[in-house]
Amino acid sequence: MNLTLKIWRQKDSQAKGQMVDYKVTEISEHMSFLEMMDVLNEQLVNSGEEPVAFDHDCREGICGMCSMYINGEAHGPDRGITTCQLHMRMFNDGDTITIEPFRAAAFPVIKDLVVDRMSFERIQQAGGYISVNTSGNTQDANSIPISKHAADEAMDAATCIGCGACVASCKNSSAMLFVGAKVSQYALLPQGQVEAADRVKNMVAQMDLEGFGNCTNTGACEVECPKGISLENIARMNREYLSTTLKG
Amino acid sequence: MSGILNSSIGRKFAMALSALFLMIFILQHFVINMLSVLSPDTFNEVSHFMGTFWVIQYLMQPVLIFGVIFHFVMGFVLEIKNKKANGVKYVKNNGAANSTWMSRNMIWSGGFILVFLVIHFIDFWIPEINTKYIVGDMSGMHDGEFRYFHELQEKFVPIWRVALYCVGFVFLALHLLHGFGSAFQSTGVNNKYTKGLQGFGKAYAILIPLGFIFIALFHHFTH
Repeated sequence: MNLTLKIWRQKDSQAKGQMVDYKVTEISEHMSFLEMMDVLNEQLVNSGEEPVAFDHDCREGICGMCSMYINGEAHGPDRGITTCQLHMRMFNDGDTITIEPFRAAAFPVIKDLVVDRMSFERIQQAGGYISVNTSGNTQDANSIPISKHAADEAMDAATCIGCGACVASCKNSSAMLFVGAKVSQYALLPQGQVEAADRVKNMVAQMDLEGFGNCTNTGACEVECPKGISLENIARMNREYLSTTLKG
Repeated sequence: MSGILNSSIGRKFAMALSALFLMIFILQHFVINMLSVLSPDTFNEVSHFMGTFWVIQYLMQPVLIFGVIFHFVMGFVLEIKNKKANGVKYVKNNGAANSTWMSRNMIWSGGFILVFLVIHFIDFWIPEINTKYIVGDMSGMHDGEFRYFHELQEKFVPIWRVALYCVGFVFLALHLLHGFGSAFQSTGVNNKYTKGLQGFGKAYAILIPLGFIFIALFHHFTH
């Protein structure tokens, strides 16, 4: 198929970006979206132009690196996938595809379609962990009884890959689905209880400090999340935070 | 507890609490207004009670006014903060693909409700305050009979006002269609009852404004 691509080009974090049009031809419908971007970049390199910078790593939907806002949606017009899992069969011959970086004040553009998502790392560092004695006498995790229901829910929350699609899709640029998932995965398990109060307080404080917006429960994040993280995680974080804060 | 309003979750919680309070008030307002259709005499008596009982006038009315102002001010504060969090706007954004129009436009439906509320205050609340606390007439009577039902009917004679109120109630319905469920989510309520609660919320959001529209039309056509 032959396509017109409208791509955000921005030289560096300080430069003023703009949309630039490109044509790509003979794109196979079996290609992934990133492979189509590879074709474009090969074309640009061959003609002596600067290739389009975009994030990618595993190309298996696990690492959370590939971002891109495609035709007005994070990871494009399909559900439960990352951009590397988006196939060109979702588009038609002759289509014009708009490709932009994830937008949020807390996700500044580094170059073209690459954004700095270190704010997520700093939120994780603020409390997204448990302290475990690893001196050689670590307790076997299987010796701690955990209900199947709690284990399943914690695992669901833990599947968040921190890609940032939730923030990019949110009209408020809120990171609450991400933080809700990270808080939940520990809050549901006994190992997470010791630091539960500090965790939610510190992670929410860091989230606010990074400049993410306030959630208004539109649910866009849940729909666009490649891992199907549920809004229940936001409600759980709200409960954890409110009970911790109101207790003092 | 200190500084809870400085956190994003605290602000959501406060917004949700004021919303739940206002939804209870709207239900109460609706029930009393329905009395004007079912029994004008009862409507007069209840209106007189609500307008003169000191607990309602001096305790609950200021709380209500605070609740209304808080909800609007916090709504605008959140909107400004969220706009700041957005950064550069998308060239193409397909919001309809993942969220409802109502959820994305709460600031607009809320803004129209604010305009409607100003008109509503000018129509009913300010004349009431003037009669009771400036003129000093607490009797609730006019020409030997209760004035409330008569005044209500008079207000809904002009068709432009009826139309304005109907539009206001449509925006109220749009606001509630997202706001009801959102308020519970913000307070952390998301459990096995959520689905039922969402259904109840949708019924509330449609039936209450529809009821208000019916009352306005009823008085216009039966006067």
